[in-house]
Amino acid sequence: MKHLIQAIAVAFSMALLAGNGHAIDLTIVSWGGAYTASQQKAYHNPYMAENPGVRIINDDSGAEGLAKVRAQVESGNVTWDIVDMVAADAITACDEGLIEEIDPDSWLAPAPDGTPASEDFFTGTLTPGGTNCFIPQIVYSTTFGYRTDAFQGRQPSTIMDVFDPKTFPGKRALQKAPINNLEWALIADGVPGDEVYEVLSTPEGVDRAFAKLDTIKDHVIWWSEGAQPPQLLADGEVVIASAYNGRLFSAIAEKNQPIAMLWDWQAFDLDGWVVPKGVKDLKAVKAYMRFATDTQRLADQAKYISYGPARYSSAPLVGKHAELGIDMKPHMPTDAKNSKTVLRFDYVWWADYRAELDERFNAWLAK
Amino acid sequence: MTPGSVEVIRTADGMPLGLSLQRTLLRSRLRALLLVIPLLAFLTVTFVLPILDMLYRSVDNRIVASVLPHTTVAIQAWDSKSTELPDEPVFEALVMDIQAAYEQKTLGRVGRRLNYEKPGMSSLFRKTGRQAKRITEAPFKEQLLGVDKRWHDTSVWQLIHRESGALTGSYFLASSDLRLDDQGEIALQPEPRRIYVSLFYRTLWMSLLITVLCLILGYPVSYLLASLPARTSNLLMILVLLPFWTSLLVRTTSWIALLQTQGVLNDLLVFVGLISDDARLQMMYNKIGTIVAMTHILLPFMILPLYSVMKTIPTSYMQAARSLGASPLTAFVRVYMPNTVPGIGAGCILVFILAIGYYITPALVGGRTGTFVSNFIAVHISETLNWGLAAALGVILLALVLVLYLIYDKIVGVSNMKLG
Repeated sequence: MKHLIQAIAVAFSMALLAGNGHAIDLTIVSWGGAYTASQQKAYHNPYMAENPGVRIINDDSGAEGLAKVRAQVESGNVTWDIVDMVAADAITACDEGLIEEIDPDSWLAPAPDGTPASEDFFTGTLTPGGTNCFIPQIVYSTTFGYRTDAFQGRQPSTIMDVFDPKTFPGKRALQKAPINNLEWALIADGVPGDEVYEVLSTPEGVDRAFAKLDTIKDHVIWWSEGAQPPQLLADGEVVIASAYNGRLFSAIAEKNQPIAMLWDWQAFDLDGWVVPKGVKDLKAVKAYMRFATDTQRLADQAKYISYGPARYSSAPLVGKHAELGIDMKPHMPTDAKNSKTVLRFDYVWWADYRAELDERFNAWLAK
Repeated sequence: MTPGSVEVIRTADGMPLGLSLQRTLLRSRLRALLLVIPLLAFLTVTFVLPILDMLYRSVDNRIVASVLPHTTVAIQAWDSKSTELPDEPVFEALVMDIQAAYEQKTLGRVGRRLNYEKPGMSSLFRKTGRQAKRITEAPFKEQLLGVDKRWHDTSVWQLIHRESGALTGSYFLASSDLRLDDQGEIALQPEPRRIYVSLFYRTLWMSLLITVLCLILGYPVSYLLASLPARTSNLLMILVLLPFWTSLLVRTTSWIALLQTQGVLNDLLVFVGLISDDARLQMMYNKIGTIVAMTHILLPFMILPLYSVMKTIPTSYMQAARSLGASPLTAFVRVYMPNTVPGIGAGCILVFILAIGYYITPALVGGRTGTFVSNFIAVHISETLNWGLAAALGVILLALVLVLYLIYDKIVGVSNMKLG
């Protein structure tokens, strides 16, 4: 009995010591899976190695990021420190005053050659939609992948081919949302890429986009989670799928599936960090942020996943995949060969029309 | 003593006996209440209050008046039926409000709130917010009209006028496929935007179908379990309970593997030659997928109450019926089945109420035609952040369940139900 008490006492004091050893806990919210793993290897592990007092706790609720940040800030009980968000959500959060404003040059490290951060990040990416709360990490794209064994002869190579089930028969997988699909439908229908949002602003333009989607409606399986389309392709359930390019890369290069990329009119978007208003230790958050978004760290992340770093100075440092040893540059959405035709997602336009088009899209789906 | 009056019986201390009894009973009831107070308090704080708060959000409209306090007061003087724009004081109030809200970063909230009613309001407020700080002196009207031509549109002002109160019915209208038009009259949503009425309808009939399927499948199984000797039935019971204890996600995903077009069942049918390879059946990502997967997942909730009721029916009832000349069918229908009604009642209401609010399975296997109201509530909570609409959909769903429960009580009788 005495031994037991001693053992408990020792265990307690060790737990206390361990607790004291980690002076700071940072809760970082991200998307889980391969994406969080790439951040763990490129940012979290080196940062904790340099700062033994900091412990980083991963939370994989990225998909509910905006809703939960809003609930935390409104209830005054902020338990998250840093949240990984897509730019569109960051704009909403910033507009509603839910996240901290950021002064790039005092928060972020300059490039190795001394270029201040505000000029080193891709032009305009620090201020999406005119807001100033967002620190971009990566440029990712929603693009298409197709099964290389599905078609005899000519392989699909343009967005028109996606909307052509006669020449390229088989099911397609598309995201269960109007975003990107309406734009692609118009482009496939012959609207020039830079006029898409102008056309979509008119009721006739929306009708035209839905009419084009009607032509493939019976051939589509709709996905809602990023992991679904590569799986549908791998299972042979669909022959063409829209997906996040990093997920497709993982299916092609890491899992050796018979899938190839179709980069035509890939839709660029940004993903990055935001800080909820009212975090407990803003100083610790800023210290981490300065480290994790410097030139080398952003380039390091690209060793693990094929998303393009958001700094000009990181691009030349992108090298080989850490485990597979293949050159990552040709797999980046920003590579010149892949980005001949790019759809630039209009955040402000979608903020206006999202609610209306979501309803219309869902009503259309149910018919 | 007058005739007819009864002498009041009193206790030793002279108190009427009835009163004394009442007091004793009251004391014991209070003691019992004291014991459940912790539970009541816990339920109130963690369950009742959050639900009431969420329900209140379905009519809550304080955001407009709190972000635009001067405008919502000033605009009351304006005749919302007129085709003229409001006067200078309203414009002055709006410019002041927008400047203050832009500083405090609350302008985005009101922009998004009004954008639910009228597309384009979000960008209008955002743009005006950025440029309004330059407007410092009269005439406010002229300058604001110069910022964006949409301020010339009287329907924008009618919208602010209409939504300036602390409560709104617009979320309930939206969740019934209705809207207020520019004249403030209730009108149907344009045809391409109508979704919720048919969604409620679909949720109801699919839940009913799943309940009926569970009953048809579960009744013979329960009968078998209840009538076999204990050793065999316990073994078979494991087969019912094992899936019950298995994770919901695992079971749903296994159904995907079985039923998808490249899945086990289709492969088998093609192999046998019943269907050709290019005419594989679509049994997943549609209504069929939802119905099959949910029937399987909810089946134990039907079998267990049925089994527990059947277990208590003495076998001598059936023997008596047979010995009095009933055929096996008559004995079963007229003697055995009426005795299982409490179990049927409990099983059906459990399965139906679980089904109508089901969320994960329809989201995974429902595709575009097999999703439920709860999936849209989830979308509005976590994606579009339109919590008011989510709350209104939730209130309607709750009301529907309560109404059905009352009808059910009238037909079956809730007291006539046995959960085990």
